[in-house]
Amino acid sequence: MILVEALGWLVDPANWQGPDGLLVRLGEHLWFTVRVVLIAAVIAVPLGLWVGHSGRGGVTLVGAANAMRALPTLGLVTFLFLLSPSTPVLVTIAGLVVLAVPPILAGAYAGVQSVDGRVTDAAIGMGMTGWQRLWQAEVPGSLPLLVGGVRNAALQVVATVTVAAYVGVGGLGEPLLVGLAINEYPQVAAVALVTAVLAVAVDTVLAVVQRLVVPNGLRLAASAAGAT
Amino acid sequence: MIEFRAVTKCFDGGTVAVDELDLVAQDGEITVFVGPSGCGKTTSLRMVNRMIDPSSGVVAVDGQDVASRPAAELRRGIGYVIQQAGLFPHRSVLDNVATVPRLTGSTRRAARRRAAELLETVGLDPALADRYPAQLSGGQQQRVGVARALAADPPILLMDEPFSAVDPVVRDGLQDELLRLQDELDKTILFVTHDIDEAIRLGDAVAVLRVGGILAQYDPPQRLLAEPADDFVAEFVGKDRGYRGLSFVDSDALPVHDLPLVRLGDQPPCDGWLLAVDAGGRPRGWLEPDSGGGAVTEERLRAGGSLHRSGSPMRGALDAALSSPSGLGVVVDDGGAVVGAVVAEEVLAALRERRPGAA
Repeated sequence: MILVEALGWLVDPANWQGPDGLLVRLGEHLWFTVRVVLIAAVIAVPLGLWVGHSGRGGVTLVGAANAMRALPTLGLVTFLFLLSPSTPVLVTIAGLVVLAVPPILAGAYAGVQSVDGRVTDAAIGMGMTGWQRLWQAEVPGSLPLLVGGVRNAALQVVATVTVAAYVGVGGLGEPLLVGLAINEYPQVAAVALVTAVLAVAVDTVLAVVQRLVVPNGLRLAASAAGAT
Repeated sequence: MIEFRAVTKCFDGGTVAVDELDLVAQDGEITVFVGPSGCGKTTSLRMVNRMIDPSSGVVAVDGQDVASRPAAELRRGIGYVIQQAGLFPHRSVLDNVATVPRLTGSTRRAARRRAAELLETVGLDPALADRYPAQLSGGQQQRVGVARALAADPPILLMDEPFSAVDPVVRDGLQDELLRLQDELDKTILFVTHDIDEAIRLGDAVAVLRVGGILAQYDPPQRLLAEPADDFVAEFVGKDRGYRGLSFVDSDALPVHDLPLVRLGDQPPCDGWLLAVDAGGRPRGWLEPDSGGGAVTEERLRAGGSLHRSGSPMRGALDAALSSPSGLGVVVDDGGAVVGAVVAEEVLAALRERRPGAA
């Protein structure tokens, strides 16, 4: 049974320790994820908020985001690596940022769009400037979908950081590729399992974050809308 | 004072929403814009706080063209209430009301203190201050909307169909509340509605607009009912306008008759229609003639008609008489106790007396 063998591989402390151990790989994997999601958020959140706020460029934005989604990350990272073989970490991050930007962009844009038109109308009518409306009405209202977009992006990135191993910069892809090369399938299954568990853990942490940052009143409004 | 001077608004595509509107809304009055969809009533309202800019003509507040002031600053000095209130869902009731004072630079403390006062002004339980909009009923949300508009104490209030999304009973309450507030605060209010009853009830002056943004008539409501300017206005104010017009006729001259009463639990003293009252003298229902002896209980009563409060307009008196099973309209005092009865024939006679030429 491959599953039993995989579990056997996992409980062996030797596989977790050392410079090539799972712990190190796990750390690398997480560190890539954190950097990629942060950089993607810095790019995509302001852009998505602004397009949603101004109502201009929505079609272009959706088109661009869909085009980015169509790029295969492995192909992109390999291509960037061929262009710049001396900076494997940078090209890995760049390729993954391209993967992470569309969901965050969509979340931020859809979040602002989801704010009730009457709320923005009232905000304007009470004499808020564009910035005040953005910060006091649209950003708080966009948070559920915005953070949802970040969760989505993080999940995809965690599952895809394995491509880093192709350009030799670590992560959980490393033992995966090694396992494949030497036909050690229990190891491959074990590492795949660890990756999946990591993805679930990251998503759980972000779910808690989402709960913390979404204002109470909005959660109440959402549940009231769901009840009717 | 709000003035519209030859104001026209054409939207892209050539639709004329407002056509050469000339109108003055007086200080301290409720001016109502009423008309069917597409008559430009909301567009006209939104030109006052520059949510929309006119294509030509001038909108002036106290003689000053609104276009000469920065839009955001202008708006902070004009209260704005919309349908379903448009409250910020992420802010507590108190912080919603404190929004405009915060924008104009009040400290959070001062703004919240002011907001708490206003909740009381609009008749909201202070315990609601920490709730979120989603936890309030439609009527409560609308009151918060009014409180929020009043927070910076603006001399002008713009109200765009504020009560049209709540049920009729709640709407009645909100209308009463607005009239009470207006007695107290004396604002210059521009009020948009598609409901002619609401317009007549609230307006000191009513502007009836027709599709294409043409002003059909601008008059006090009683004049609108008595002398509609044309067929469109006559049709818009409706078939019941004779009856509605009674809202503006006082009933002081109407004779009030004694009414045969029986207290709940007592024996009926005679065989005609009897009005049963409770210990406080408040009406409970009618006992039909010849319904036999024995103590009067609630189960033996027929439900009464509407009640006419002593001193209120003639409309209520006629309705009380018409809706009463006995034909006797019940008149009550402010405390709800029975004063006497009015009959429909005498309402008609009283109206006949008032006509020119009646001697």
